[in-house]
Amino acid sequence: MAKTRISLTVNGREVEELVEPRMLLIHFLREQLNLTGPHIGCETSHCGACTVDLDGKSVKSCTVFAVQANGADIVTIEGIAAADGTLHALQEGFREMHGLQCGFCTPGMITRGYRLLQENPNPSEEEIRVGISGNLCRCTGYQNIVKAIQYAAAKLAGATVQEAAE
Amino acid sequence: MIPSAFAYHRPKSVNEAVALLAELGEDARPLAGGHSLIPIMKLRLAAPSDLVDLAGIADLKGIREDGSDIVIGAMTTQHELIGSDLLAGKVPILRETALLIADPQVRYVGTIGGNAANGDPINDMPAVMLALDATYELAGKGGTRKVAARRYYRGTYDTAIEPGEILTAIRVPTPPSGHGHAYEKLKRKVGDYATAAAAVVLTISGGTVASCAIALTNVGETPLLAEEAAAIVTGSRLEAETVKKAMAAAEAITAPASDRRGTPQYRTKVAGVLVARALDRAKARAA
Amino acid sequence: MNDTVLTPQQRTDQLEGIGCKRKRVEDVRFVQGKGNYVDDVKLPGMLYGDFVRSPYAHARVARIDTSKAEALPGVVAVLTAETLKTVNLAWMPTLAGDVQMVLADGKVLFQNQEVAFVVANDRYVAADAVELVEVEYEALPVNVDPLKAMTDAAPVIREDIKDKKEGAHGPRKHPNHIFSWQAGDKAAADAAFDNAEVTIKEFIPYPRVHPCPLETCQCVASFDKIKGELTLWGTFQAPHVIRTVASLISPLPEHKIHVIAPDIGGGFGNKVGAYPGYICAIVASIVTGLPVKWVEDRIENLSTTAFARDFFMTTELAATKDGRLTGLRCYTIADHGAFDACANATKWPAGLFSIISGSYDIPAAYCLVDGVYTNKAPGGVAYRCSFRVTEAAYAIERAMDIMAHKLGMDPAEFRMKNLIKAEQFPYTSAFGWQYDSGDYQTALKKAMETVGYTGLRAEQKAKQEAFKRGETRELMGIGVAFFTEIVGAGPSRACDILGIAMFDSAEIRIHPTGTGICRLGTKSQGQGHETTYAQIIATELGLAADGITVEEGNTDTAPYGLGTYGSRSTPVSGAATAMACRKIKAKAQMIAAYMLEVHDDDVEFDIDRFRVKGNPERFKTMKEIAWAAYHEVPPGMEPGLEAVNYYDPPNMTYPFGAYISVVDIDVDTGETKVRRFYALDDCGTRINPMIIEGQIHGGLTEAFAIAMGQEIHYDDDGNVTSASFLDYFLPTAVETPKWETDWTTTPSPHHPIGAKGVGESPNVGGVPCFSNAVNDAFAFLGASHISMPHDHWRTWEAAEKLGLHA
Repeated sequence: MAKTRISLTVNGREVEELVEPRMLLIHFLREQLNLTGPHIGCETSHCGACTVDLDGKSVKSCTVFAVQANGADIVTIEGIAAADGTLHALQEGFREMHGLQCGFCTPGMITRGYRLLQENPNPSEEEIRVGISGNLCRCTGYQNIVKAIQYAAAKLAGATVQEAAE
Repeated sequence: MIPSAFAYHRPKSVNEAVALLAELGEDARPLAGGHSLIPIMKLRLAAPSDLVDLAGIADLKGIREDGSDIVIGAMTTQHELIGSDLLAGKVPILRETALLIADPQVRYVGTIGGNAANGDPINDMPAVMLALDATYELAGKGGTRKVAARRYYRGTYDTAIEPGEILTAIRVPTPPSGHGHAYEKLKRKVGDYATAAAAVVLTISGGTVASCAIALTNVGETPLLAEEAAAIVTGSRLEAETVKKAMAAAEAITAPASDRRGTPQYRTKVAGVLVARALDRAKARAA
Repeated sequence: MNDTVLTPQQRTDQLEGIGCKRKRVEDVRFVQGKGNYVDDVKLPGMLYGDFVRSPYAHARVARIDTSKAEALPGVVAVLTAETLKTVNLAWMPTLAGDVQMVLADGKVLFQNQEVAFVVANDRYVAADAVELVEVEYEALPVNVDPLKAMTDAAPVIREDIKDKKEGAHGPRKHPNHIFSWQAGDKAAADAAFDNAEVTIKEFIPYPRVHPCPLETCQCVASFDKIKGELTLWGTFQAPHVIRTVASLISPLPEHKIHVIAPDIGGGFGNKVGAYPGYICAIVASIVTGLPVKWVEDRIENLSTTAFARDFFMTTELAATKDGRLTGLRCYTIADHGAFDACANATKWPAGLFSIISGSYDIPAAYCLVDGVYTNKAPGGVAYRCSFRVTEAAYAIERAMDIMAHKLGMDPAEFRMKNLIKAEQFPYTSAFGWQYDSGDYQTALKKAMETVGYTGLRAEQKAKQEAFKRGETRELMGIGVAFFTEIVGAGPSRACDILGIAMFDSAEIRIHPTGTGICRLGTKSQGQGHETTYAQIIATELGLAADGITVEEGNTDTAPYGLGTYGSRSTPVSGAATAMACRKIKAKAQMIAAYMLEVHDDDVEFDIDRFRVKGNPERFKTMKEIAWAAYHEVPPGMEPGLEAVNYYDPPNMTYPFGAYISVVDIDVDTGETKVRRFYALDDCGTRINPMIIEGQIHGGLTEAFAIAMGQEIHYDDDGNVTSASFLDYFLPTAVETPKWETDWTTTPSPHHPIGAKGVGESPNVGGVPCFSNAVNDAFAFLGASHISMPHDHWRTWEAAEKLGLHA
């Protein structure tokens, strides 16, 4: 099938590429833009490892065609830290609270957390659990991921945070 | 994991979309949120020749009041439904149901039109539309027409929509203020389809049920309107015995599939239990 | 900083050694999306491989036509069994002494079995080409019921060995029989049962499940035609084993094979063995001279790679009427699927199943396991099972509850009465295992007190009365499990993989400026090895953990090891690390003494330095000693400061735990809510408590999923009906309970730092704890054993059978 040109912004950078209509956004990001942070964990749109932030929405990039993202503004895990490299509060929180083990779900989880905290800057534990219910993790049992997001919420709000995982 | 090839189109208006669908023929499919269609394309259970993306059509968005109805654009996402103060105030069952559909990411992209239109018995909105007695507004090459939700569903993936038509809006008669509502859904986990679910919309007057609609999800080839069950509770005070009779009437119309969620017998019985619980919650919410 | 100002505690703390909740080193790259997983590997000219798979569970392959696929632009090759036969690779040896088809050779034996391998320059083209391969099948009768596998009517699965009366593990009594394995003393056990006052016998199935790591299995094979060398990146929990196997089955010598296991997105035993995808990618790379990547999708992963469990255990206990256990028997049918590809040590076709006497002092015991072939995917040992320990623990813990109920005793009290006593350690079980250490009564007491056990039982009694009066439709269940694990495979006299002894290794090199590097034969898939091994070194050598780089997974640089599974990293490579440190420390001592101009015996180690005995102001820090090792060593000594240790453990280690859970079951929907889950684990010395807690959370979540809903289900035609996330139950953060973790510490007397390993304990103890809780809820109504998974509909059916819906 003939390729089509798309233009979009990815992690603050203007991008223009040729893609087949059927190219999934996740493959576009990983293969064509070499952004290998978002991962593929399933083919039925359940696991959320491919989650990116698209026009202010948490989206499973495996269930979107790159052509649908023409004109979009996308943030992946690679764009979560500040421009000078300072880690986002979420990235810090995941490390402080041991919110990751194998790291495979982590990019999608943090990218989802990034949008969740903008939807709701002070979520309860239950709201966090519902908020990340589109992201599967096999290693952590989620408990420390919840703590990581709570850490980040507190830090972003300027409150003092727990020094270390309990 | 990887779909077959197709050609992609992104019309800017409803007229353009239906013209394209007519021109491209039967193997062309409209693309709404894509979170039902794209997964089955990735499994190669569907291989459309063309996708007509409706995302660029402004007329398909928006939620507005129109007299005694509320009109919801078909491309309204579940996320937008949840965030609509108008709906939260006037048709709260929609928000409650949307929160039980899939997960946050899917809700950002999945549309009410997609959930209502394709005739997949696992979807949640169809039963709610039956309970609300909603009307579907369709547009095709021949013009526009309206079909009552209660007459729209025929079988699995078999609906009243004609090839080349798209759902443009859903028209919901605004339920009376003070009505009670509940969407009671049993599922194994977030993101799973309903083992069974029951939608109830009712009004209470002087302690008695003045009006009631009950509909069931995923216990038949289509969403099921439990008319007899609703008739049984209408005029009652939802006494235990009456509710039991209503449960039996609801169970009697089910014909669930057997899958990893359970046996048909189990799903039928659970549907009855969910009807009872939905009636209970709706009653508590009614003014 | 002048470090004589620091207190000993401060000096210890700044090392971040054993016991410290050290933040993880690997997190820095993972939270920034800079991990390096196999699918991140991109090489110039790289091709992509994809499989054509059989829709049939059992069929002859009459014809394969690859011409249309080969004609598709972008397709470079299509491999079939015929292609592989030219390099003698149509079949490959398994870890269990069997052989397995790489590509269908005349027959397919399970649904989704590999039939052809398409290689293209683009993964989208490869997917299209898969559809163009035409295969003609002739369906054969299917058997997916292991209990029927050895009947006369059962279809013969393995025609290739149907006349072989001897298998890899002894005589075969039927064409679908793989092995019989037994342990214990049958005569003593039979006598105990013949004379018993009370016995129970229960058929306890453990359904087939799948470990399902979030990253599927994948590899990149890159054969360099000029050098004649193969580089293989892959999801390998045991990279050295993969290298040795590759050299044994291919014409390539081992020194020309470079295996690299980079970051792995979860293993859980799914990534131990070799898969057809690896072999086909290697052959395709050799044939094309280009790198070939193979990445399986989720359905392929769930339906064809190493599954777990599928054990059918008829379990019996004998006891006196006042509750003293006198005997145990268990007969098991083990469903291995179409090929025996179990990742077990050679001498143990049923793994370490004979740990089934568990935590209890049972004088007479016997078990017999028959492995059988069915038309299902191959495997069996995976999913935090510690080599069939999960199966054994489930059987004994369910049996204990069933016996307690028959005796009219409380399940916790019945356990307390029969637990091996602290003074009995080291304890030799009726199966001959020498348990190294434990204080079981203290652990169980602590668990019971912490959860308020007596109060919970009182609450349960009140709720049962309320249920009978029709005041509630909820049943409360209390689950108790006290498990003993057996990990750290293992002593070479007992444990080998394909003849390679199951030692493991650590090679440590300290640099002149006092930091260093440690390479090991294990391979983390999320367990935090880059963080924890450095902690052992920090405590042993007095050099800050932050100064130690830890590397695993590159077979060219890492010393030989058997990899990470079965909770063996801490017991084996952790020991090797300590032992290598002690060699370095011995040398450091001599250098220090030389620098301080005293005799070797006149210096002693203190946290981060060697000091003169009786004169502690005279010392040399390890950092200073490191420099000296490269600058001026004592006459006659080699310069440098490094050591390697290959550790052959003298015994297994025996972590244990006491788990208690509380559930509330809605009998009208079958939903089970987990109210509370308390897990007390004893893994000996605790290297990093934060990481231990993370392992427990993860393992308990897997246990929750297994007990409450997971199943790899086959219908009678051999169709896998649960092979995608549409059906396979993976809980989200919403369903997953909150976990309470606690511990006791009884170090292992034979381990250099007393550590036992912990990764799999939560799955071993968690599953029976959940299952016992659900069963406990119904027990007062006279329910017989309710099998897993305890999903909504099965729990509802249990209630229906008891007439609770009338």
